Amino acid sequence: MSIINSVQKLSLGKVLRENPTAQGLLLISPTTIYLLIFTIIPMILVAILSLMIRGMYGNVVYQINLANYVRLIDPLYVRILLYSLGVGLTTTVLTILIGYPLAYFIAHTPIRERSLYLFLILVPFWTNFIIRIYAWIMILRSEGFLNQLLMNIGLIEAPLNILYTPTAVLIGMVYEFLPFMVLPLYTSLEKIESAQLEAAADLGAPPWKAFLRVTLPLSLPGMIAGTILVFIPAMGMFVVPDLMGGAKTILIGNVIRNQFLVSRDWPFGAAASILLLIMTLIFTLYYTRKAGFSEELLI
Amino acid sequence: MSEFAVELRDVVKIFPTPEGGEITAVNHINMQIKHGEFFSMLGPSGCGKTTTLRMIAGFEWPTSGEVRIDGHVIGRTPPYLRPVNTVFQSYALFQHMTVFQNVAFGLEMERIRKDEIKRRVGEVLEMVKLGGMEHRKPQQLSGGQQQRVALARALVKRPKVLLLDEPLGALDLKLRKEMQLELKTLQEQVGITFIYVTHDQEEALIMSDRIAVMNRGKALQIGTPVEIYERPTSQFVADFIGETNFLYGTVRFVEADKASVYVPVLDSEVIGLATAGLTVGQKAVISIRPEKIRISDKPILTKNCFSARVTLIAYIGSDTRVSVDINGQRINIWEQNKISSLDTNIYYRENQEVWITLFPENTLVLPEE
Ligand SMILES: Nc1ncnc2c1ncn2[C@@H]1O[C@H](COP(=O)(O)OP(=O)(O)O)[C@@H](O)[C@H]1O
Ligand SMILES: [Mg+2]
Repeated sequence: MSIINSVQKLSLGKVLRENPTAQGLLLISPTTIYLLIFTIIPMILVAILSLMIRGMYGNVVYQINLANYVRLIDPLYVRILLYSLGVGLTTTVLTILIGYPLAYFIAHTPIRERSLYLFLILVPFWTNFIIRIYAWIMILRSEGFLNQLLMNIGLIEAPLNILYTPTAVLIGMVYEFLPFMVLPLYTSLEKIESAQLEAAADLGAPPWKAFLRVTLPLSLPGMIAGTILVFIPAMGMFVVPDLMGGAKTILIGNVIRNQFLVSRDWPFGAAASILLLIMTLIFTLYYTRKAGFSEELLI
Repeated sequence: MSEFAVELRDVVKIFPTPEGGEITAVNHINMQIKHGEFFSMLGPSGCGKTTTLRMIAGFEWPTSGEVRIDGHVIGRTPPYLRPVNTVFQSYALFQHMTVFQNVAFGLEMERIRKDEIKRRVGEVLEMVKLGGMEHRKPQQLSGGQQQRVALARALVKRPKVLLLDEPLGALDLKLRKEMQLELKTLQEQVGITFIYVTHDQEEALIMSDRIAVMNRGKALQIGTPVEIYERPTSQFVADFIGETNFLYGTVRFVEADKASVYVPVLDSEVIGLATAGLTVGQKAVISIRPEKIRISDKPILTKNCFSARVTLIAYIGSDTRVSVDINGQRINIWEQNKISSLDTNIYYRENQEVWITLFPENTLVLPEE
């Protein structure tokens, strides 16, 4: 009798019925399992790897130490890291400057036309990224379309050297990440009711003031989401600098890629990854706090 | 100061429809709204009330005709330069601002000093009973409180004219009744001209100094609540405001303010007050309100008095509603329960034969629509 009782007490069903914490855990378990498999476990593996050292033949020697992190303090890597930060921020700012008017324009066209514009923004994704980068190379190189065009209309005499410069890298990055800024911006701009702007006008705000005081703050959540979607991958990007920046432009993404694929120094690559992760995390937390992200999300 | 706060002269507004056609939302409207008046536009949904209000606010421009504010032709002056403010149907509060910031917004646009803004916002929030709510966001307020913020936000600007588009439409009945009286009191207190849009006739009657009854883009009748209820000049107005009985017939004679109508269903003539412009031979309709019909055992008058059979008795507390039948024509009568009795049949029983009297001074003869 008492044995049956205690077995019942331990049964999962009973625990779930009587324990709200257990209920909660069960409810979030799909998310938890997903995060565990795809995010947390790989990250722990990378973190562990970053504490190892490279063996003679590119293998990993399991010997815990901080040598990789000490190596990263080298001015060479610090400069690359700061430069990457600069490129990431510049890319983000440029996508906002170009993407905002675009998103605003789409949000203010008649509904039937909007889906067409959104479709056009997504069309490039149907082509392989590498091929699109090569297309840009064709456009930007000395004998490329851009220089031909500018020389033909007499704007310049000699071809501009754009390809294999930091400018080319920025062009490639902005091109690649623009949709990730436009789409969230569009979503929050489109949600703003016209009555809000009419109310602003009614209360005495000319259009530019209504924009600054109503439209801009209400589109902030989209801008923050866009920034996160652009800045974080931009920081780790290596394809664009590889193909369009020549050998001169090296970003932290290239460093990491080279450690894994060229130098076969996985532990050092892992350490650089962890550093990048921490930097972007700090930036994102700081930025979202500053912009009042948590509160804006409630709207 | 000109005679009228707002004047609409022959205003027309035509919208293009998505199918490429046209819709006349406002059709040759003339209105003259006096300073300090509580003026209501009343009509069914889609009759052009909001469009008219939006033309005064400046969100729409008339296709033809002219809007004058305080005597000045306002033309295409943008909304932010007009001396009027709006309380929107949806409130349109700024979701990213606190109550204080919402109300202060309009004053900041006028570049008023910070301490002055603080004082005036505090004052107006006190007036609409929102003291202490300054730092809440709109989504943290009840519907009634949001409504008050919308009101405060417009009132704080001290406009010449306040435009209100069904401001109580989203509130529940009890709150709406409270707010009706409060708004009316507030309007008398601040002395601002109110132009109030509603589709609720009772609301319009309770609050307004004058009412414009609208239908299909036209202002059918403009008058005081008493005039609108007691002397409707059209079948639509008689029908839309309160309840009434209609009897159809043909005008037999018109003399001064009296007219006689032959009503086939009664096989008799009915005499009533004539509306202007009635002519002999014209199709007409008799309108008489249920509370104005007299019901009795015996005939009281030699004319306008008919034998009828009671078909329904409904006790509703303050009144007893009696339906009678004359040759298949149903007529509704409301008898006030002036006597306290447990007998719900104090005003006759079903199937009883009675006499009903339509006193000529209570009976209106309107042109049939
Ligand atoms: N911007 C617009 N475009 C096309 N038709 C409109 C527009 N605004 C209003 N209408 C039409 O005009 C008529 C009057 O509308 P409205 O003034 O909103 O009526 P109410 O406020 O009395 O309900 C309606 O038939 C409505 O569909
Ligand atoms: Mg309306």
